[in-house]
Amino acid sequence: MMNLLLNLINGISLGSVYAIIALGYTMVYGIAKMLNFAHGDVIMVGAYICYCAMSYLHLPPVVGVVMAMGVCTLLGMTIERLAYKPLRSAPSLAVLITAIGVSYFLQNSALLIWKSDPKVFTSVVGLPPITLFGGELIISSVTVVTVLANIVIMLALTTFTGKTKMGKSMRAVSEDKGAAQLMGIDVNKTISMTFAIGSGLAAIAGVLLCSAYPTLMPTTGSMPGIKAFTAAVLGGIGSIPGAMLGGVLLGIIEIFAKAYISTQLSDAIVFAVLIIVLLIRPTGLLGKQIREKV
Amino acid sequence: MKNATKGTRYNMVTYAMVTAVFLVMQGLLLAGKVSNSLAGQLIPICVYVCMAISLNLVVGILGDLSLGHAGFMSVGAFTGVVVSMSLTFLPPLVRLLLAIAVGGAMAGVAGVIVGVPVLRLQGDYLAIVTLAFGEIIKNLLNNLYVGVDKKGLHFSMKDAQALRLKDGTILINGPMGAPGIDKLSTFVVGFLLVLVVLTVTLNLIHSRTGRAIMAIRDNRIAAESVGINVTKYKLMAFVTSAALAGMSGALYALNYSSILPKKFDFNTSILVLVFVVLGGMGNIRGSIIAATVLTILPEALRGLNDYRMLIYAVVLILVMLATNNPILMNNLTLLKKKLRGKGKGGASHG
Repeated sequence: MMNLLLNLINGISLGSVYAIIALGYTMVYGIAKMLNFAHGDVIMVGAYICYCAMSYLHLPPVVGVVMAMGVCTLLGMTIERLAYKPLRSAPSLAVLITAIGVSYFLQNSALLIWKSDPKVFTSVVGLPPITLFGGELIISSVTVVTVLANIVIMLALTTFTGKTKMGKSMRAVSEDKGAAQLMGIDVNKTISMTFAIGSGLAAIAGVLLCSAYPTLMPTTGSMPGIKAFTAAVLGGIGSIPGAMLGGVLLGIIEIFAKAYISTQLSDAIVFAVLIIVLLIRPTGLLGKQIREKV
Repeated sequence: MKNATKGTRYNMVTYAMVTAVFLVMQGLLLAGKVSNSLAGQLIPICVYVCMAISLNLVVGILGDLSLGHAGFMSVGAFTGVVVSMSLTFLPPLVRLLLAIAVGGAMAGVAGVIVGVPVLRLQGDYLAIVTLAFGEIIKNLLNNLYVGVDKKGLHFSMKDAQALRLKDGTILINGPMGAPGIDKLSTFVVGFLLVLVVLTVTLNLIHSRTGRAIMAIRDNRIAAESVGINVTKYKLMAFVTSAALAGMSGALYALNYSSILPKKFDFNTSILVLVFVVLGGMGNIRGSIIAATVLTILPEALRGLNDYRMLIYAVVLILVMLATNNPILMNNLTLLKKKLRGKGKGGASHG
């Protein structure tokens, strides 16, 4: 019973990381209709920045996280400005290939700067683990912080997109770019802002991911990136609550598959769940059903 | 390519181009004028050319983005290894050809299994499901153990001990891949495979079926309303593509002494997709050229060591930015027209 509870908590924690990454995917997709495959590598850059701040500059973890967020936000906006903005009217596949080029670029730059040997990431959360039920249930503090961070981010984003002017214009642009422009919304600024938020979130996700699984390599971001993308699609890409739901579900499924079915086949199970869900609901759990017009 | 004669001429030029390159390379090989690094690249080039053509059938001709093409390649590769290594009494060439044929067939079967659910979806959802299937295939192969002894083949999804071999050999050892492969692939067979893939694809494109497939790409609803069976033709293109990828996978695997399931991951699928997009969607000749150039390029940049993949990435981004820049492309078309106007009757297929 305790085991089940522990697995559930670990699943929610891993899922929270996926959810935070998936938010970046889903917001960018919603607004720019593009699959930003470089997003996974922004996570990796964020984790490296935090690692450098903590290990080389001996700064406190909080400063490291803020630095990582700052650098990733700038990075996201720069990537958007240089690589994606000129392709605004290009076919989606061209943008996809460019995103892959950016992903290669980030991975190989990281390889040159930080070399291929894995770095051991010290957790940003230095608190002792929480012991419940007289030592039967031990939850690491990273797990708790990850789940809390996820809840805070979700609430903040919901408020942001629902209440602020910028958030409202984001929703407007994702619904109809042309109409939004006619209403006086600066589409380019809005898209740039979306990339900034997504990349800032990616930095948080990277730090949390590496706090829980402490090996850091230039390829660290790829697999969580793909999984988070899967999560975004599972929840219905373009939908913010969908990304949350998809991420958490995917994390729980992955941990349970590892614990109760097979460690080796857990990835196959995760992807099989995605396929089954998409066959039943072709636009994801919370995705909008698109009507076909002739 | 609107009339048949022009299409035939286009095909002939493509065949001639490939054959000419092959003859030149074969001549240089016999004369010993080819550097070791390039000689080692010849079979991979053939493999990637086949992969690019077959993926172009799905992405360019059918118009569905597939991100899991390496999955079919790996099915063909590991089937090819099992076939060739369990029939060691046959002459090498027969083993290679059988491996390619059975590898292609198995990948075709995988294509049906994947295609039936996948092709019900559309757009980006279809893309992510092909990605998911690619990862599933990789994950399953990572846990597949195959051995051979006097009693025949043994399969297991658990570990090597579960095969219960009696002085046999392990052919596929889970995450360790296939450890001892006889290197059977030759450049000649590679070239022949390119020709086969090319013939199948070009004939398919220029047939009634091909036109139906392209009609679906251009407007699915209109195609359906004139009586084209969308599912049937989509599946046809998808399965053909998968089978061709499986054949190239078998050729690829038998070019190395050992091979890992990890090799056929998302990055390999993307690599082939890059060939297709840079060569031009639906442009078969473009795929051949892009696959060849982009397979040689990282090798040619080897002198730059750690910087080569960085340069590759920058080149990729710049090419995508340039080819999608309307002003630049307009000027290029004007320039082309000018050049053509001057050299009337000269080389006009530049």
